[in-house]
Amino acid sequence: MGEKVKKIVKTIRVDLDKCNGCRGCEIACSAYHATPKYSAMNPSRSRIRVVMDQFNDEYVPIRATDYAKAGCDGRRVYTIKGKKYSECSFCGTICPTREMFFDPDSGLPLQCDLCADEKEPLCVQACPQGCLTFEELEVEEEEKVEVKMDEMELGMKALLDKFGVQKIADTFNRLSQKG
Amino acid sequence: MRYAEAGYNLEVDLSTGNIERVETDPKLMETHLGGQGVNAKIIWDRVKPDTKPFSEDNLLILGAGLLHATPVVGCNRTSVNTINPMTGIFGHSCMGGHFGPELKYAGYDRIIIRGKAPKLVYLYVHNERVEIRDASHLAGKGPGETTSLIREELNEPFAQVACIGLAGENKVLTASLEHGYSSASRGPGPIMGDKKLKAIAVRGTKDINIAHPQELFELCLKMKKWINDSDGCGDWMAVDEDDSFHHNNFAWGNSRTRIKNYWSEELQDRWTRWKYDNMDRQAGCYNCPKGCINVISWPGTKRFGYKCYGKDTYHMAAFKELDYTYGMLGQCLDWGVDSYSTPQAIALGIELYDNGVLTDQDIPNFPTDPGDRVKFLLEKIVHREGIGDILANGSWWASRMIPGAESFEHNTVKKMEQLPIKLGKLNPAYYLMIATGEKMAITQIEGSFPQDPIRDPVKRKEFVDKWDAAPYQKFKDMFMNWEKRDQISIEDTCALTDWNEAMHYIDDSTGLCGFVSSFRGQFGGQVAYSFNNVPDIIHLATGMEIDKEGLWEICRRNRDLVRCINNRLGMRRVDDDPPKDHWAVRNPELEEKLLDAYYDFRGWTKDAIPTKAELQRVGLDYVADELIQLGILDPNEGTPAQEAAKAEEQKSGGC
Repeated sequence: MGEKVKKIVKTIRVDLDKCNGCRGCEIACSAYHATPKYSAMNPSRSRIRVVMDQFNDEYVPIRATDYAKAGCDGRRVYTIKGKKYSECSFCGTICPTREMFFDPDSGLPLQCDLCADEKEPLCVQACPQGCLTFEELEVEEEEKVEVKMDEMELGMKALLDKFGVQKIADTFNRLSQKG
Repeated sequence: MRYAEAGYNLEVDLSTGNIERVETDPKLMETHLGGQGVNAKIIWDRVKPDTKPFSEDNLLILGAGLLHATPVVGCNRTSVNTINPMTGIFGHSCMGGHFGPELKYAGYDRIIIRGKAPKLVYLYVHNERVEIRDASHLAGKGPGETTSLIREELNEPFAQVACIGLAGENKVLTASLEHGYSSASRGPGPIMGDKKLKAIAVRGTKDINIAHPQELFELCLKMKKWINDSDGCGDWMAVDEDDSFHHNNFAWGNSRTRIKNYWSEELQDRWTRWKYDNMDRQAGCYNCPKGCINVISWPGTKRFGYKCYGKDTYHMAAFKELDYTYGMLGQCLDWGVDSYSTPQAIALGIELYDNGVLTDQDIPNFPTDPGDRVKFLLEKIVHREGIGDILANGSWWASRMIPGAESFEHNTVKKMEQLPIKLGKLNPAYYLMIATGEKMAITQIEGSFPQDPIRDPVKRKEFVDKWDAAPYQKFKDMFMNWEKRDQISIEDTCALTDWNEAMHYIDDSTGLCGFVSSFRGQFGGQVAYSFNNVPDIIHLATGMEIDKEGLWEICRRNRDLVRCINNRLGMRRVDDDPPKDHWAVRNPELEEKLLDAYYDFRGWTKDAIPTKAELQRVGLDYVADELIQLGILDPNEGTPAQEAAKAEEQKSGGC
């Protein structure tokens, strides 16, 4: 058993009732992560998406959290205040069940990094409506050695899952020999 | 690299099924910006004057604004242009929501649709993949069902869908194009129906590039907060429940009855409860923090969204209260009808019946309660059944199709219903805007210069001191010297009309919303976008060098071009005519002077056609050449030599 330690957990709190569906969070996220920074807008590259169905009054911003190589069978439907939501409406998993959170060109997964260089994530800065707020919570939890994957590792892992070690190694060797 | 623009148009011929992706001329951004400006240029070039609205050759163009899909806040209105079958002239139509930006992300600045499909179809656009797909299973369905069925069958939950309801399918002239809780009226609905195009679904995953990214993004982030916090932006009717203005001042029924002391505190309390007890949310459009759209779940109806005056028109046609309109709007959205024109056409029908022009033979089983009557006629109109087949053409046409009805129609300009405003004394600025505007709704023309003077000189000074939106000192001086509504010089009237109109031409071409720009400045003066910052914003987004004067020049060019399209379709001075009873006290002599002065100010002939010199000045030489060739424009009209000859003629008393 590891020891209990205090940690600061950063997160984005979502108040669904304050979302007006403007998708400013998507725009800001995609702009911030463009190279050079802010040079291009493209919500499909955003690591936060507003799952939206106006006619059902459904507006749910969800962030890309964990990568899962398999999609779940999750097609459960929840009824909240008379409105029907699919399970996916609240799920931030980067999974093959849906198109969300994969870069449209490379197909590689996109994960929320909370815009680590900024005082607040850009999506929060772009939400004066107050639907998204940044929170730093102090929590006590068991210490564990956590390996946080950076963007390349995340992409590599996805490639490994998809093509297997041997194929990736062969391709890597072939491409690196070409110079 | 193209900045702010996608750089391609999507051309779709529904008759042949041909689909093309066509690179656009980057110069058009410099001459017309985008949106409606470029749409007008395409309509001038490609829709010949003998083209009937319901013809294969009429185009329907859905144009994204130049600044759509950039970080510019409150920029989301899509311009939808065609030849409007009700007016027979250029249809000015636009809608908020998410459509234009999504189209840009799919790699297109506009979709140009020609031809007619042999059966009901919808268009599916996902980047380069474009398909014309069968829509027979969507026939008769409303926007809610159509949108979700299309998203499901394409497995595209993020697709943006614009579609018509049953009214559009039946070519009801007051039908609108629906997109979420936004809609584009004045033409696109019936044209989509005629082209058998039920819907357009767009999904885009491409980048839109920005010329000066860091500066623009940081500016927009600040503006977003400012717009969110500002009382000067957005629809104040979303938060202010005092709607005495429309109910005490606008005319009820067939635009005849004013009820001056209608509004009361007790009524306001009741209506406020109806709204907030049944409201799910106040929603916004793409990249705008405001919540102008009130989303209501009213018992027994489908959920609907409305903004502004849209909640008033049905109960004012039926002499009922807000609960009546709330009971109607879910169905109206589902059928896809415009809530401005439709209730007026219905109220005309009721008045014709009450006056014996229409009888029980014309309208069998006509109910007695005015609320039931409005519902009854709406259903007939949407299905084009019986009398509904006539009223479906709007008040102007209906009153000419029903024997003895013409004198009952009294609230149209250029064949289209106007807001039911009936006032006392002539208001010079509004005379000019209503007479010469060709956007068919005063809200699309007025908006920057306040409607009324501020009596108290101290408050007036305060207003002017913080009036950042005024483009030149002359407008501040004008306002400082303005004491009484109807007492304003002809010269000032022309100048303020020009400013009001120019701001709308900015919005229509960039995609900005009037509630943060052209329409809103008149109320309080504190608005997000004006001639003082839009040129910089365009520069940051596109890289194009542009200043205030340059921007004004583009607005003037676009204004002239729309006028020339309409001149070519037959519009002249005689059509620049407000409803006869808009003001009880008219001043024909002043009105003629105002028109003369305005045409002169614009560089138009006395018959309301831009002169050759004016068209050359704004770089529309090719337009002048064609108007001259068609015999519409006299090449010498408005030249100094001709003016001198006229003066000489008047001096000598003529022949």
